[in-house]
Amino acid sequence: MLVALETHNAWPAGVLTRVPNWIYQSADIYAAEQENIFRGAAWTFLCLEIDIPRRGDYRTAALGDMPVIVVREDNRAIRAFENRCAHRGALLAFDDGGTVEDFTCVYHNWRYDLCGNLQSIAFRNGVQGKGGMPKDFAIGERGPRKLRVESVCGLVFGTLSQAAPPLEEFLGEEVVARIARVCRAPMEIIGRFKQTLPNNWKLFMENTRDSYHASLLHVFFTTFRLNRLSQRGGLMVSKTGAHSVSWSALDKAPSASAEYNAEQLRADKKDFLLADPSLIEGFDEFGDGITLQVISIFPGCAFAQVQNTIAVRRIVPKGLDQTEVFWTYLGFRDDTREQRRIRLKQSNLIGPAGLVSLEDGIIGNFVQRGIAGAAAFDTIVEMGGDAVESTDTRASEASIRGFWKIYRRLMGI
Amino acid sequence: MERRIDLAAMAKLNHDYARSIDEDALEAWPSFFAETCLYRITTADNHARGFEAGLIYADTRAMLEDRVKSLRIANIYERHRYRHILGMPALGEGSGPDIRCETAFVVIRIMRDGVLTVFATGKYLDRVRADSDRLVFAERIVVCDNANIDAMLALPL
Repeated sequence: MLVALETHNAWPAGVLTRVPNWIYQSADIYAAEQENIFRGAAWTFLCLEIDIPRRGDYRTAALGDMPVIVVREDNRAIRAFENRCAHRGALLAFDDGGTVEDFTCVYHNWRYDLCGNLQSIAFRNGVQGKGGMPKDFAIGERGPRKLRVESVCGLVFGTLSQAAPPLEEFLGEEVVARIARVCRAPMEIIGRFKQTLPNNWKLFMENTRDSYHASLLHVFFTTFRLNRLSQRGGLMVSKTGAHSVSWSALDKAPSASAEYNAEQLRADKKDFLLADPSLIEGFDEFGDGITLQVISIFPGCAFAQVQNTIAVRRIVPKGLDQTEVFWTYLGFRDDTREQRRIRLKQSNLIGPAGLVSLEDGIIGNFVQRGIAGAAAFDTIVEMGGDAVESTDTRASEASIRGFWKIYRRLMGI
Repeated sequence: MERRIDLAAMAKLNHDYARSIDEDALEAWPSFFAETCLYRITTADNHARGFEAGLIYADTRAMLEDRVKSLRIANIYERHRYRHILGMPALGEGSGPDIRCETAFVVIRIMRDGVLTVFATGKYLDRVRADSDRLVFAERIVVCDNANIDAMLALPL
């Protein structure tokens, strides 16, 4: 007897409080995301301007599955183009970065300038009058696809889409202001790390926006009164839903909260004291008391300030159930030795080994495994109702609904 | 009393250190460090570029004790173990009371369901100190060959 195949249940138009599990499981959806989101009308974070300070400096990045080269052409211009030779499709650059005069494909020496324009073809006129390319081959019409490139506060973004609005419009004033708040002075890179997550990219992006889970899954912060939902904080969701900012300010006087006591949270470990509290003794470098600000930018970027740790993450899907996260840790050029030391110590708080958030490395995988037999079921995203709006509480899933709002619009589903 | 830092003593220190992690005696792990120390996990690329940030960065033994405490009662991760395979220590020049030492390592991760992964390979760059009757790490920089961390780095290397 045939068992009826589990089919995709419908996702009613406009519904953002329910998310069907097949969205994380379908190869067709993954392919459509590549076209409609990563190669569509969204800006993808590529690298930092300080990654490529001089002419010819480049980094390799990606628009989803599509490999990209980001390169400094001169003092002003940063270019980005597909990392694909127009001839046989080989990568033009196969390292993480470097410094070059031009990009020459190793396969047959087709050469491109720093803007991605095809400049020359090896043996174009043949050898001893034989072979070569046809005389009418239009060299100027061939080349890898070029991206529009724009920066905000030294963060470089690219898109293939002509329809995407200018970057600052895509991000919105509020998000740009939150980025600018952190980028208060010239920065420098103090570390680069890569983490591979065993889950669909969307589960990680939802996680970066999920202010509700922060003090529930992550015990370390809560215990030290650094991230209580009851403390001063809020959630900003951009108009399109695409981006969000979760923030909180440290309440130095610990106060008992009825909601917390009632829940008897695993998170509250009263006996947990640090032997070396210097780990969390930071300095208020932004002058506003905000100790945590996580900016989540659609589709694949997160820019976080956790006390004095500053890190930008580039999130790249690698198939249905794998995601790569590229971390860049930042400091300021004018850091004193003591400030830098505090920054280095606080890098313990986040990242693949972060005392505060290492659980994020695996929680998406728990979902991925949990829903394996439940394609026709939904998850619930209803904390704070059904609105996609800024709120002064972080006990809300508004920014996750925002993710699905822009996602559904771009995907046309 | 000055204790001699020789190959056998160094190999013993490395062995005891690795055992404390592999045999789930994490509470003993910080005791292999000087009270003021530097323990940092980084990658070969970061090390070559002089980038100072670490996946883990501790400059006191107490910070290492805090990490163990956090792993025990705060952090959530699937049950797993490591198996450290260590190379022969290469002893370097000494400066003052400390001797430099370099040791290669391979760390296999064993998940609760028995699945094995080569989780990390690399080298320990150490500054070893004879501290009264025993050797301790004044500095242990863990330089991973692998640029990538699979999912998370919970247990120390």
